Amino acid sequence: MARDRPPFGFGALLQIMVLLCISLSARADNFFTRLFQDDPLRQAVVADPFLDMHTGPGVGYPVFHVVGRGESIEIIKRRTDWFLVRTARGEEGWVGREQMLATLDTAGDPVSIRDPSREDYAARHWEGGAFIGRFDTGSEIALFMGYGLTDHLTAELTLANVFGSASNNFAATIGMNHTFAPEWWVSPYFGLGTGVIKINPKSTIISTEDRTDQLGYYSLGARGYVGRRFLLRAEYRGNVIFTSRNDNEELHEWKLGFAFFF
Amino acid sequence: METGIRVFLLTQLGAAARRIGIAALLGLSVVNLSGCGLFGGEKEPPPLGAEAEEPSREAADQPVIEPQVERRRVRTPEIDNENFEAGGFVGILGIEDFGSSGVFGARLAYHINEDIFLEGSYGMAKAGTTSYERLGGGPRLLADEDREYRYYALNLGWNALPGEIFIGENRAYNSAFYVTLGVGGTDFAGDDRFTLNGGVGYRILINDWVAAHFDFRDYLFDIDILGEKKVAHNLEGSLGITMFF
Repeated sequence: MARDRPPFGFGALLQIMVLLCISLSARADNFFTRLFQDDPLRQAVVADPFLDMHTGPGVGYPVFHVVGRGESIEIIKRRTDWFLVRTARGEEGWVGREQMLATLDTAGDPVSIRDPSREDYAARHWEGGAFIGRFDTGSEIALFMGYGLTDHLTAELTLANVFGSASNNFAATIGMNHTFAPEWWVSPYFGLGTGVIKINPKSTIISTEDRTDQLGYYSLGARGYVGRRFLLRAEYRGNVIFTSRNDNEELHEWKLGFAFFF
Repeated sequence: METGIRVFLLTQLGAAARRIGIAALLGLSVVNLSGCGLFGGEKEPPPLGAEAEEPSREAADQPVIEPQVERRRVRTPEIDNENFEAGGFVGILGIEDFGSSGVFGARLAYHINEDIFLEGSYGMAKAGTTSYERLGGGPRLLADEDREYRYYALNLGWNALPGEIFIGENRAYNSAFYVTLGVGGTDFAGDDRFTLNGGVGYRILINDWVAAHFDFRDYLFDIDILGEKKVAHNLEGSLGITMFF
């Protein structure tokens, strides 16, 4: 049956479009409610004979309630290795990580509690932390932030505050580290970088102008994985300060640091 | 859901068809509906002779009914981690030789485990005058901008005595008595000074995520502004409010 007019009238087309709009807006609405609404709480079922609920997030806080096997709980939040849970009857208390790992989720599998591990350490990108140490004869406090470009190469930004006997310095450096064996627990690295150092001579000695010089450095260090998301670092830097005088200054820098990755 | 939409569309189709008077379209919609499963479509049975031998062998290998159960995909909600604690404090800072001043600042802590935390803090105060300046009417030792006292500190804290406090019969609040030790810098009297600090504090959790702090700390640095070089003790007592997130 050949006809010029399509079987759908304009009215029907309009209604379909309205229907489409409603379904799309419902989807968008769903998106926004998901964005601003609190996520639903994770449910778990006690699989051990019992679950101890402490009054606080620590092993010293007394157990005030015991949840029996088969009862379900809601996990409200986590602080360090302790979980705030709510029972079906509304009691709230803190449960330790070991006992939490022995609960089952709604599908009957053990509740998955993921903590950063060595695999995450190997796959890390960002790393940040603080150093304390000696810079020439002064004390140093430094903050650093690094980004792993590959397993071996890390770009790093360091901000250092040095408290010397004759001057206080502020240094900002950027450099590249090469880690020799990133899979080791303790892995050495070598770095090169450059930056600026602002030198403020102590005001009580002599009133001189602050000056800002460029510096270059090489570094040797080691990074050790402690556990979870933490690492320790030790580093030596040989700094060369390109002064406006005839000879460059060479300053040694030793420091120890605590860092975490994410 | 899909069937519902389909039925709706077909109703629309039917309405359109009525309006333009195409009776055949109704027939088409019936054919369409049969696809929905509302009307079981009749199929011609296959000729018996053709498959008579094959199924007997395959039947042993294949289950009678192919289960078409889709695995339920459950999105497990994330557990809210609250290891950071941030807030502000106000208090009194006794700056050695320069009297006591009001101090205020901010703190950010990260709790590594139930015992240990790392803390960064920044504080501001304005130093007063020395007794020499006040009594003797001598010249001012420091310009106004050099009396601005700014410090930062990176500390390690230990929750030495966790516990609870009880108010009345029905209220218990978690608390912790903690010890801190750290390094930092103080910008005072024209110089940045390497500063050691140590102190004790008491944290009371008002609810799961808000805490009140009472802190007492000593900040030590070398100073030679009054002639001889000495270690200055600057004692600070403060009251703070923090939030866990």
